[in-house]
Amino acid sequence: MFSVTSEPLSIEEISNKVVRPEAGAVVTFTGTVREFTKGKRTLYLTYEAYATMAEKQLKRIGDEIKERWPDAVTAISHRTGTLGISDIAVVIAVSTPHRKDAYEANEYAIERIKQIVPIWKKEKWEDGEEWIGDQLEKSAGIPEKEEIR
Amino acid sequence: MIKVNCFAHLKELAGGNHIHIDKKEMSVKELLEEVQRQYHIQTDSVLVAINEEYAFPDDQVTEYDTVALIPPVSGG
Repeated sequence: MFSVTSEPLSIEEISNKVVRPEAGAVVTFTGTVREFTKGKRTLYLTYEAYATMAEKQLKRIGDEIKERWPDAVTAISHRTGTLGISDIAVVIAVSTPHRKDAYEANEYAIERIKQIVPIWKKEKWEDGEEWIGDQLEKSAGIPEKEEIR
Repeated sequence: MIKVNCFAHLKELAGGNHIHIDKKEMSVKELLEEVQRQYHIQTDSVLVAINEEYAFPDDQVTEYDTVALIPPVSGG
């Protein structure tokens, strides 16, 4: 249910993992590569992961969702390697009996991914490249003590 | 000898997938200080993972652990 892979992600495949008779709602979030960030054109992104730990942290997010929304079932896949504009970087699928919980739990998952999952992106621009996380998104990427255990 | 795995820009600063600290055991705080001293890598915003779990400054690291430096993440 929780994977880090260099293969292209299938929205349908990941979404189908959480489909079940008890569910009345499946919310699927797709994170894609954006061309312009603050006016700067991105040519492509490269994602690197500490894959084994990242999968553990994704599973942990699934456990946290289970604590907060006991009826929810979650599947998350994150891609690594080089991705072009509009390629899919992450897919999060959450199913619940009623839609409100699925929307909320899905948003919770992407916020937590950006806090605790050891995956990094390198932006390639027309005039250079840089690992993100060591400047622009620095404060966003440091988990607080209470968040990491 | 503690082997420390590096990722993202830390890998580029370290010049490879891992660095070594010549100690059998030390605290996470001491490890980060040693990384900064020996490799001139700024570690203020770097976390340490021990056996694939986030560790706190007072936790102990030994040469038998799987250790990694985790710079601020940017997945999603």
